[in-house]
Amino acid sequence: MMKRILSNSYIGLLLLMLYAPILIIVIFSFTEAKVLGNWTGFSLKLYTSLFNGGIHHSLTSALWNTLIIGAISAFISMFLGTVAAIGIYNLKSRTRKAVQLINSIPILNPDIITAISLFLLFVSLGISQGYTTVILAHISFCTPYVVLSVYPRLRRMNENLYEAALDLGATPFYALRKILLPELRPGMISGFILAFTLSIDDFVVTLFTIGNEGLETLSTYIYADARKGGLTPELRPLSTIIFVTVLVLLLIINQRAAKKGS
Amino acid sequence: MGKRRNWSIPYILFLAFFVLMPLFLIVYYAFTDNSGDFTLEHFRHFGMQPEAMHTFVFSIGVALITTAICLLLGYPAAYILSRMEKKTAKMMVLLFILPMWINFLIRTLATVALFDFLKIPLGQGSLYFGMVYNFLPFMIYPIYNALQKTDHNLIEAAQDLGATPRQVFFRITVPLSTPGVASGIMMVFMPVISTFAIAELLTINNIKLFGTTLQENIYNGMWNYGAALSLIMLLLIGLTSLLNSGGNARAAEEGGLI
Repeated sequence: MMKRILSNSYIGLLLLMLYAPILIIVIFSFTEAKVLGNWTGFSLKLYTSLFNGGIHHSLTSALWNTLIIGAISAFISMFLGTVAAIGIYNLKSRTRKAVQLINSIPILNPDIITAISLFLLFVSLGISQGYTTVILAHISFCTPYVVLSVYPRLRRMNENLYEAALDLGATPFYALRKILLPELRPGMISGFILAFTLSIDDFVVTLFTIGNEGLETLSTYIYADARKGGLTPELRPLSTIIFVTVLVLLLIINQRAAKKGS
Repeated sequence: MGKRRNWSIPYILFLAFFVLMPLFLIVYYAFTDNSGDFTLEHFRHFGMQPEAMHTFVFSIGVALITTAICLLLGYPAAYILSRMEKKTAKMMVLLFILPMWINFLIRTLATVALFDFLKIPLGQGSLYFGMVYNFLPFMIYPIYNALQKTDHNLIEAAQDLGATPRQVFFRITVPLSTPGVASGIMMVFMPVISTFAIAELLTINNIKLFGTTLQENIYNGMWNYGAALSLIMLLLIGLTSLLNSGGNARAAEEGGLI
């Protein structure tokens, strides 16, 4: 009994440590003070000014850039990665292993190395940095994850199904759409979600490939903000909203999984 | 399906251009000077510069200490979680991973706010707290995964044969969890050694880590020197992963990696 109380309180303490900073943000999103940690009475002003834009227009546009870059990179990565996975699956063993090895480089590389290497690529080719370079960079570190999540589906698939469809007169395209795609879809979806999450969370690679034309994503915005010595107060309600959304989504997914399991 | 082999061609070209070529450029820049002639000057410069050298060694130290703290805190947590009822454990693991969905810069700044709030001065203490805070879930998750896969019959067999709880833990549980520990160590050590920006925010620019040295050089247009430093970091990371996988090759095969 004693042991149980001890171990439960240990877990509780660790969770408290992990959540204390987040709680501070959530609590202080309901007050107006510019400086985090000053309580000047309950207020929803930060929430309204976050949505009204106005002075903090740059924050809203950074948020939009983040989402757009995330969506485009994730979509292209999903497409490129799925086609690649099908191709790699059909390669001869030796070539396949080589491609898979190269595919794992962006996953294993620390992001600062990826960032510097892509930076050197763009500057030495004289490509001006902006939206396109950020998206290309994101695709390059997201696609490997898509390949990894689609590939197992291919291995598990019954190849005869596809052949059977062809024998029964389906065109290759029709068989692809009706047989292959439904089999791969779960892998593609989880690859897309992973790519999207990686993209919106990325900071280092974005910072090195974004150029200096004034383009900002949420991460670079926060970084610039922090270097100036303080957080834009509206980031508090924004983080709170992101956190609550993720929490609710995960709880729903977990509930549904639990139901399915029982 | 055989003809689909060609479908890999676009991606192979993509990898060649956006993965291999950039890495090659790091090597190229590291060994050339401004006019493109071969030189070893940048590495000599690094060796001669006490400040860069000091940052490098200090960063390795920070990464080692952070990894050790994460292991000390994370192993018991993973062990406790693995002994919980499955449903509760799943929920708890989720709670540990959840904070990762908030942008790490915001989380780091929140840690700074927490220290301000508690009137604790920023310095080495806040640096380690912030690092552990950011990377602890990466340690808990793989260890939990490995422990959870442990065959319970082995533990019972040991108990039946008269092993004390202590013996069971050190001779059965711990050895079986090494794949998880190995990938946990990698997942903490690697990002910490290359981290950039976290240390500066946590110590109001008092402590600089190697990642920042890299960034500053690239930003100040010292591409060649920056590339040489990147290559040094790349070698360090290659060496660590080699050591890690060498010691745990069999363990990794058994699937400690998530």
